[in-house]
Amino acid sequence: MPKTSAQAPAARSSVLKAEHLTKQVESPEGLLTIVHDVSLEIASGESIAVVGPSGAGKSTLLALLAGLDLPSAGRVLLEGRDLTRLDEDGRALVRAQRVGFVFQSFHLIPSLTALENVMLPLELAGHARAHEAALETLRQVGLKERGRHYPRQLSGGEQQRVALARAFVTRPAVLFADEPTGNLDATTGAKIGQLLFEMNACSHTTLVLVTHDRDLAARCERIVHMDAGQLR
Amino acid sequence: MRAALLSMRMLSREWRSGELGVLLLALTIAVASLTGVAFLASRISAAVAMQATHVLAADIRLESPQPIDAADLVAARRAGLRTARAASLLSVVFEGDRGQLADIDAVTAGYPLRGEVTVADRPFAKGRPAPGIPPPGEVWPDSRLLATIGAHVGSRLSIGAAEFRVGRVLISRPDAGGTFRGLVPNLLMNAVDLPRTALIQPGSRVTYAALFAGAPGRVAAFKHWLAAHARPAERLRDISSTTPQIKSAVDRAGRFLSLASLAAVLLCATAVAMSARRYVERHLDTVALLKTLGATRRFTAWLATLQLLAVALLATVVGSALGYLTQAWLVYALRGVLASRVPPPASLAPAGMGCLAAVALLTGFALPPLLQLSRVPAIRVLRRDIGPPRPLMLLAFGPAAAVVALLIYWVVPDWRLFLGFAAGLAAFIALLTLTGALLVMAAGRLRAHTGVAWRYGIARLSRRKADSIVQIIAFGTGIMALLLLGILRNDLNGDWRRSLPADLPNYFFVNIPPQKRDAFVAYLHARGAKTSRMMLLMRGRLTGIDGRPVAQMRFADHRGEQFANREQNLTWSATIGAGNRVVAGRWWSPADYGQPLVSISTEFEKWLGLRIGDRLTFDIAGETLTVRVASIRKVKWDSFRPNFFIVFAPGPLDKVAGTYLTSAYLAPGPAESLAELARRFPSVSIFDIDDLLADVRSMLDKAVLAVQSVFVFTLIAGLTVLLAAVQSSRDERRYESAILRTLGASRRTVLKGVLAEFAAIGVLAGLIAAAGASVAAYFLTTRVLDLPYAFSPWACVTGLVGGGLVVAASGWLATRAVVRQPPLATLRADI
Ligand SMILES: Nc1ncnc2c1ncn2[C@@H]1O[C@H](COP(=O)(O)OP(=O)(O)O)[C@@H](O)[C@H]1O
Ligand SMILES: [Mg+2]
Repeated sequence: MPKTSAQAPAARSSVLKAEHLTKQVESPEGLLTIVHDVSLEIASGESIAVVGPSGAGKSTLLALLAGLDLPSAGRVLLEGRDLTRLDEDGRALVRAQRVGFVFQSFHLIPSLTALENVMLPLELAGHARAHEAALETLRQVGLKERGRHYPRQLSGGEQQRVALARAFVTRPAVLFADEPTGNLDATTGAKIGQLLFEMNACSHTTLVLVTHDRDLAARCERIVHMDAGQLR
Repeated sequence: MRAALLSMRMLSREWRSGELGVLLLALTIAVASLTGVAFLASRISAAVAMQATHVLAADIRLESPQPIDAADLVAARRAGLRTARAASLLSVVFEGDRGQLADIDAVTAGYPLRGEVTVADRPFAKGRPAPGIPPPGEVWPDSRLLATIGAHVGSRLSIGAAEFRVGRVLISRPDAGGTFRGLVPNLLMNAVDLPRTALIQPGSRVTYAALFAGAPGRVAAFKHWLAAHARPAERLRDISSTTPQIKSAVDRAGRFLSLASLAAVLLCATAVAMSARRYVERHLDTVALLKTLGATRRFTAWLATLQLLAVALLATVVGSALGYLTQAWLVYALRGVLASRVPPPASLAPAGMGCLAAVALLTGFALPPLLQLSRVPAIRVLRRDIGPPRPLMLLAFGPAAAVVALLIYWVVPDWRLFLGFAAGLAAFIALLTLTGALLVMAAGRLRAHTGVAWRYGIARLSRRKADSIVQIIAFGTGIMALLLLGILRNDLNGDWRRSLPADLPNYFFVNIPPQKRDAFVAYLHARGAKTSRMMLLMRGRLTGIDGRPVAQMRFADHRGEQFANREQNLTWSATIGAGNRVVAGRWWSPADYGQPLVSISTEFEKWLGLRIGDRLTFDIAGETLTVRVASIRKVKWDSFRPNFFIVFAPGPLDKVAGTYLTSAYLAPGPAESLAELARRFPSVSIFDIDDLLADVRSMLDKAVLAVQSVFVFTLIAGLTVLLAAVQSSRDERRYESAILRTLGASRRTVLKGVLAEFAAIGVLAGLIAAAGASVAAYFLTTRVLDLPYAFSPWACVTGLVGGGLVVAASGWLATRAVVRQPPLATLRADI
């Protein structure tokens, strides 16, 4: 049974640390607090699920942790580096080298083939053997034969597998997944979940998973609940 | 470097997916129309210049009753020009005791510098190009001369004190138009033989001419030098002085071409802007994702810039090739229509211009949105509603405005016109924006009161505010440009057709004695000729302005000096001639008759710096006459009717003796009636301008052709705008119509909604475009093309109906394919 605490297991070193994160946005009704004073520590290699009702602020928290967005207050340390003190390009660099993503709506680039989509992060990071590495990762997700297909020629499950390959191909320190099975039917979703955890186990990546899916959450070492912007 | 490499790889993938297609198309057409027009314009003006120089047998020609100073010819050769001399006089040519008065032209080697002399071995045969000029001892009489005196090739003719062998028959020579053809036959001889004839005695009437030709730049420089050094009796003739008709027609055609290519480029700019906008919309997610995956902002900006550069490069190469080929094909396809040869393009400069335009268009219209694209935050991968931050107005529209301003200034390099033009365009776009905003507002109010189809269409209008306004601007500008060019083109062609009716006078009669005036007209009328008004012609010299002798005055324009130093043709008239328009002062009424008043043309006004009320003193046949400037006229010199710089009021000239001149149209017929006319009125000089008219007609054909073909380029550019607009709305429509149809709307309902939306946009855009085009046409016809303006209601109707129909059709096209797809396919494809 996974634990439900904001503390990382004491034995392992922490890879990601959020301190008093708050995110507020302007809205027609005034200042809106989406994430409220969230502190969280995640150990290297750990898998953690963030669950909670829709609109709780899970995606926002994920964006803050990954440095996609800046908090209104608090800070995020990724492998000891304070993301909130880096500029946009600095954070992009960190993402290129240390972070992988999987999204609910796959987010493959429609004009690129499956293989090219997987190569993309390697190319952005200046990887020398992008083609071979991408091909190998595509093989791992069972789509080696579909490398030349465009996203629109693939089913939802296949697209998400390509996305998984793209996320793991750079061997990231942390993988962020926002409802990776949310757009898929139950069977396909289960298969994708299975693949995600297999790959994660192989690469010893730290996994931060936002999900509605109880079964998926249950496979994580730890589950945190989020409601109205706060962890409980 | 890594970024560059990767960008290029990304680019090649974008190519494959056809994302850059419309952008490339718009740009290619812009380049093609600019280069095509530029090539065509340069070729046609070269053709015109060539044709005109034939009339002179040279690029410039200096004529004088005295021998031309040899120093002028030396100076010309030193300036890199080719030269030749000619002397022309009237003398009787004998074969035995049969004689005939002939116009004898003695020329030096090199003659003619432009055009060609054709000869044959028998009279009235078909000519072939002559090898140079007659060798010494030989003359080339024309067919009529030989026929009249009964001579042939090999006969011996005596001219003055010398005897010559007839070497060939002269069939044609380029500068024959200036002589008294139809009356006096022609004979060409070598100038070295002229002294032997002993025809040149003190007091004999000889016209000496120096001929110059060479590269255009050198000719222009030398002409300047000559004008400054010309002696009082010398007359400098060039293209403009020979055929002002051709020159002004071609000038206008040139200005129209520039306007048309400007319109084409502006249309393409609209298309470029719209396709760039679409590109940005479609790539927001991609760029956000790239950033999520670790791309820096510099990288994404690089990506955009390199992609644009590649597009520009391709568009330039393909566009200039296309432009070149199109104009080459046009000239080739119409070679039958064009009476004379159109020379090949002199340089590849137009291609360079096309390249510059492509880069300018991209920088102004595509780069700002693309750079904006690189600012989209990574967070968009999680929240789709987040786009790039709002740009500064200055950065978003500044470059586009600057590029448009530059282009306009390039086409109309005159500050006042330029400002008018730019202000007009800005006002027009502001009006369109305002109308767009009002439409959007009205649509919001209206949506509750309409059926479902209309509500869907109209709701879109008010929901996608910015989009609707952009579309109105794009369609409005496009329709306006096309309507405007349509109107101008009609004005231009109409004017040309009007100025060259079939019964245009083809003969000018000068030197009609006053006492024979009525008999002369009666004679012509009896032979079915249509005559224009008889005008008194006398020669006089301007001697003073406001009491100061002109000899001591300096004029800003060198043409002023020429005018002041030369005898002018003077006349009087009670009525203002057709093609004359008073621009200052007023034309006299019967009450003014007998007053010392004069009316001058705008050229005279400008060159001599005159104003209404100035007192001009003339010396006319020894009489001194002082008159006041009562009016200034703008004269349409290309009307082919007798026109004068200086016209007196009825009265003041009554005491002075003069002769009359008139022009008439004589149907082609037997030469005898002209010969009889010459016998009955021996003092009358007859000028046959049939050949000149043929020249002008052929030139105008070319100009019309150029105008039509440029219009075609512009139409294509207009279609590109349409395509861009269709494309830009298709993506979103695909999704919306799928949802609507899933909810149970029939295809017809969806299509009707789209038609409603687009028809509303089209009718509004068309309405404003028609108004804008009418106003712009007024200014352009009167200020730039110098033509009278006539409001054309068809433009408004076309704008309104055409706008509504075309725009609705484009909306239908955009949606038809989308609606055909089953909704599920669409929804699934939306990733
Ligand atoms: N930039 C923003 N502006 C306005 N509201 C936002 C913004 N970002 C998030 N929200 C709101 O904050 C709430 C939490 O959003 P999100 O983090 O996406 O929740 P979850 O992923 O848990 O469903 C939602 O109600 C959302 O509309
Ligand atoms: Mg979410």
